[in-house]
Amino acid sequence: MNQGIDLQGSFVNTLVDLGLPAGAAKALWLPLPMVVILVGATVSIFVTVWLERKISAAAQQRIGPEFAGPLGTLQAAADGIKLIFKEDITPAKADPILFTLGPAIVVIPVFLSYLIVPFGQNLVITDIGVGIFLWIALSSIAPIGLLMSGYSSNNKYSLLGGLRAAAQSISYEIPMALAVLAVVLMSNSLSTIDIVNQQSGYGILGWNIWRQPAGFLIFWIAALAECERLPFDLPEAEEELVAGYQTEYTGMKFGLFYVGSYVNLVLSALIVSILYLGGWESPVSVSWLASLIGVSETTPWLQVITASLGIMMTLFKAYALVFIAVLLRWTVPRVRIDQLLDFGWKFLLPVSLVNLLLTAALKLTFPMAFGG
Amino acid sequence: MTLAEGVQLVAFGILTAMTLGGALGVVLLDNIVYSAFLLGGVFTSMSGLYILLNAGFVAAAQVLVYVGAVSVLILFGIMLVNKEQPFVAVKQAWVGKVATGAVCAGLFALLTISTLNTPWAISTEVPTGDMATVTIGIHFFTDYLLPFELASVLLLIALIGAIVLARREFIPDVAPGSPESEALQLPERPRELVSSIASPDTES
Repeated sequence: MNQGIDLQGSFVNTLVDLGLPAGAAKALWLPLPMVVILVGATVSIFVTVWLERKISAAAQQRIGPEFAGPLGTLQAAADGIKLIFKEDITPAKADPILFTLGPAIVVIPVFLSYLIVPFGQNLVITDIGVGIFLWIALSSIAPIGLLMSGYSSNNKYSLLGGLRAAAQSISYEIPMALAVLAVVLMSNSLSTIDIVNQQSGYGILGWNIWRQPAGFLIFWIAALAECERLPFDLPEAEEELVAGYQTEYTGMKFGLFYVGSYVNLVLSALIVSILYLGGWESPVSVSWLASLIGVSETTPWLQVITASLGIMMTLFKAYALVFIAVLLRWTVPRVRIDQLLDFGWKFLLPVSLVNLLLTAALKLTFPMAFGG
Repeated sequence: MTLAEGVQLVAFGILTAMTLGGALGVVLLDNIVYSAFLLGGVFTSMSGLYILLNAGFVAAAQVLVYVGAVSVLILFGIMLVNKEQPFVAVKQAWVGKVATGAVCAGLFALLTISTLNTPWAISTEVPTGDMATVTIGIHFFTDYLLPFELASVLLLIALIGAIVLARREFIPDVAPGSPESEALQLPERPRELVSSIASPDTES
């Protein structure tokens, strides 16, 4: 297996050669991947907001933002600056502590989840053995933040909105976890790196989407519901309803919810591409191409190409999924809350259970194809 | 002390303070919603302690089960229960508080003494760390098979029960004219609009 480039090793070695002690060099390395991922996640908000505006405009046959920057690329930055300058209001008789903590608790687990997103064999903050499980666990913290902000707003709409958002989040977590479990069953590991490696080798033919089509659909639907994207955006439903648990929020506290929802969308798309679309693998396997023209996998320039291709592939797949999510927004009507809960509990949950059982049976029957 | 040890020590101190402070808050605060949220915080910091002990799987399970499920369930319970209780001042309520405090202090002293006096057998084995998932799985399917199967059957029953409960559509058939039973009535009945009551003569 291609081990890829070892950025940490070369960084530490360079610093040690410059005369730093090894411990200090490692300590200097530690914050780097985190900062890179944080900045990347933040930039992804700008990209996604811009994409959303442009694709929405195209779907409605209008132009969309075009004055802020070339083609309106700075529109998202303008939105952000506007949010920063808005007055930060805490409603009268609201609970100031919980009111401030709520948005933070919604956002922090989302950013923390980037811990396990791999962009290449070694291009991940940390390869922990329980990776995808950790992501599921972290995504289950968000309902607490939603309940907290709903409760502390001193507003019945917000309280109900928070309860609704939390109920939605909980109901779609179970089908999602069961869909992930089927993938984990096939790859014999909870680590995201292993899950991608299990799909590698045969290019596009080896991706999990061919073996888990039902799981892919369940996961994508559940992920959209978790991110409160249309057709499942009833906790907030921007113009049509009172905006749920975020009614009373202004300024940067509202901005945190906004940031959280977009980062969560990109994160979900990344996780889908890792679980079902082969992660950093290209549709045509690079190592197979390299062996065809007789280049060793350990050649430095090939490794650099593989690594950059891997990052681009992961991002391309994720943004293709974001594109689909935005198109869905203008294609599918919003569901009602009872339809949403019915769909989650009565349809997705049994289907995902059957999917899991089928996967287990197929794994026992065809251990070759299903990672026995 | 190396960097890793220092980080571990500081993290241990912070997590312990968070756990103890949060637990005290759960018990001592008057506002029950604060207590519930603090309970989530206590569970989270305990999962941090598990991470320090190299038990990543247990830490993630702790967050998933206790923070994500139990705390949210408690919060839902608190927020959906609509109980109003008139406040009755109890005479000499301090006796109960003092007694509770004394019992708690006694228990704490007992635990402290037994903790300090027990010769703990500290294992020198290297923690399994990331291989813990495999080890847990092997144990589940060998020596702890029966409890594991029982727990999974219990969970399956709960899951199927939830589906059955959700699928049941209870439509009471009330004969027209007969009074509706008390059990089916909501506390908040839909009332007639003020405007429709105020002007009965415009009825057409």
